[in-house]
Amino acid sequence: MNKRIKEKWKLAIYRNKKSEGYYLKKTITRKTYNFLRAILLFGLCFLIIQPLLNKISMSFMLEKDLYDPTIIVVPRNFTTDNYKLVSSLIDYWKSLRNSLFYSLIISILQVASATVIGYGFARFNFPLKKFWFACVVLVIIVPPQTILSSLYLNFRFFDVFGIAEFFTGKTINLLNSPLPYMFMSLTSMGLKGGLYIFLIRQYYRGVPKELEEAAYVDGCGNFSTFIKIMLPDAKPIITSCFLFAFVWQWTDSFYSTMFLGKISLLSRRLTAITQLLAEYMTGIGTGSRPSVAYGQMMISTGMIMAIIPLLLIYLVAQRTFVESLSQTGIKM
Amino acid sequence: MAKTKQKDLKKRKAIVGYLFILPFIIGFISFMAVPLLESLRMCFSNVIISTGNKGFVLENIGLRNFVRAFTEDPDFNRMLTEEITRMAINVPAVLIVSFIMSLLLNQDFKGRGLVRAVFFLPVILSSGVLIGLEFNNSMLDGMKSYIQENSNVVDITASLQEILSNSGMGTRFLNTVYDILNSVYEVVLSSGIQIIIFLSALQSIPKSMYEAAKIEGCSAWESFWKITLPMVSSIILVNVIYTIIDFFMRTDSEIMEKIRTNMIRLDYGFSSAMAWVYFLCVIVIIAVFSAITSRWVYYYE
Repeated sequence: MNKRIKEKWKLAIYRNKKSEGYYLKKTITRKTYNFLRAILLFGLCFLIIQPLLNKISMSFMLEKDLYDPTIIVVPRNFTTDNYKLVSSLIDYWKSLRNSLFYSLIISILQVASATVIGYGFARFNFPLKKFWFACVVLVIIVPPQTILSSLYLNFRFFDVFGIAEFFTGKTINLLNSPLPYMFMSLTSMGLKGGLYIFLIRQYYRGVPKELEEAAYVDGCGNFSTFIKIMLPDAKPIITSCFLFAFVWQWTDSFYSTMFLGKISLLSRRLTAITQLLAEYMTGIGTGSRPSVAYGQMMISTGMIMAIIPLLLIYLVAQRTFVESLSQTGIKM
Repeated sequence: MAKTKQKDLKKRKAIVGYLFILPFIIGFISFMAVPLLESLRMCFSNVIISTGNKGFVLENIGLRNFVRAFTEDPDFNRMLTEEITRMAINVPAVLIVSFIMSLLLNQDFKGRGLVRAVFFLPVILSSGVLIGLEFNNSMLDGMKSYIQENSNVVDITASLQEILSNSGMGTRFLNTVYDILNSVYEVVLSSGIQIIIFLSALQSIPKSMYEAAKIEGCSAWESFWKITLPMVSSIILVNVIYTIIDFFMRTDSEIMEKIRTNMIRLDYGFSSAMAWVYFLCVIVIIAVFSAITSRWVYYYE
């Protein structure tokens, strides 16, 4: 072992001499650069993770620990009461189940439709193609608020050409059913629907045309080519779009408040947590409003609870997530 | 004969293509085009909800809603300008940070997988309601001051600021530095996807280019400016547009909240007028930015 190190040094000194000091200089520069980069990366990673860790440690504290200056990370009075309280406040298991169910369904619908549409845009030539693609871009850049009021009113007083009014004398209120939102997702108009179309189209544009031609020669029709060849081929991008859709749907409160009003979802429960806490405090008769710090603690706990499923998914799927997007080679 | 057959194939392809994008056309017309036009009409009218679950009526009032937004409403102008200034600072910052980060993450070092995983974590952490809660600053500040009152902790950042301001450097300069430092977290948190996009672009640059340049005596610095930057320039354009859209679409921004609260108050005409002004601003900004960026985009193919 010792001998090997000696030899290594000998070689280094020899190389340094041969290159008239260039080798030493180069090594020092490289090492310094690596060191500085490591510090920078560590700092930024810490910056991203620290709030999360902070929340985790806070969620195990008692309220009085927050005011104790000697406690920063490790709680003195370790407790899981916060979790119990929050889970009863936000009705955790039921909300979790609902969130899981709706996020899953909606993201599947979104990705399925985006795949079909993206393939259509990437692989077929038809009149007005440019126009329709401009429409996709329009879908991406229109803020949802712009069409919100109109959509809201139309779903509130839903009626196709006055048929319902003609028969029953009043319009249908669709706002409290998840159907309209599902239908929107199915036609790729849900949360960030345009973006998924765009990504999948970019992917399909990069797939060689020969693949399709070979399939055609072998007697595959348009649809069976799509299902048998193009769909399996696009697995990476479909997976990452699905993950995006799932995560964004999970944390979304905007569309959910609009269309899934009656269903208790984690994201919406989470935003209401301080209010729920106040109600609870008056309910048990303490009479006082919860302190700001205590409310914040509850929010932290709730946030941890809400994103744990996402973090688990992320841990499992992280590799596919990142690699697939890197493979896509998004081009304009 | 052959020609007609080819034409036939083309026609069939076109029909199948339309079949594939049919869901989009249906969705676009019913959930985008029609509502968009209708909300445009609402801008110029007073929306009256008729009683008895019968629907709603539009009463034309001309430009009243816009006049109200710009001259009567106390917050709208301020919010709009604030939002645009914040965007003008935020978007370049996000782009530069994400570009540098993707350059770093594209290099080989130990633990790269882990660092990458951490850097894409913001994709989750900065989405939807989470970021709204995270940046609920009034709440956190309240908590901080409350804790400070109830215990005599010395805040490290505060004391550091005191030392620095006593050291004789300009206060204005220092304040800018504090502002920048304060927004680092926000910038890093909102650049997750941009890093992914840049990274994918960097990985698609052929390695042989760098090798050839190196043999010709190109330093790393030069090959960055002459190879890396031109090769990813089209992606920079994509990222500029994505970042702007992402910034304006945050549903938790002040102005979005205002539009929504007005809608909940059944003030549909007014809220859609504000939404349309906002939308037009977004379009103008995107057009300006992409016009500037696309002038020096280089296409390899």
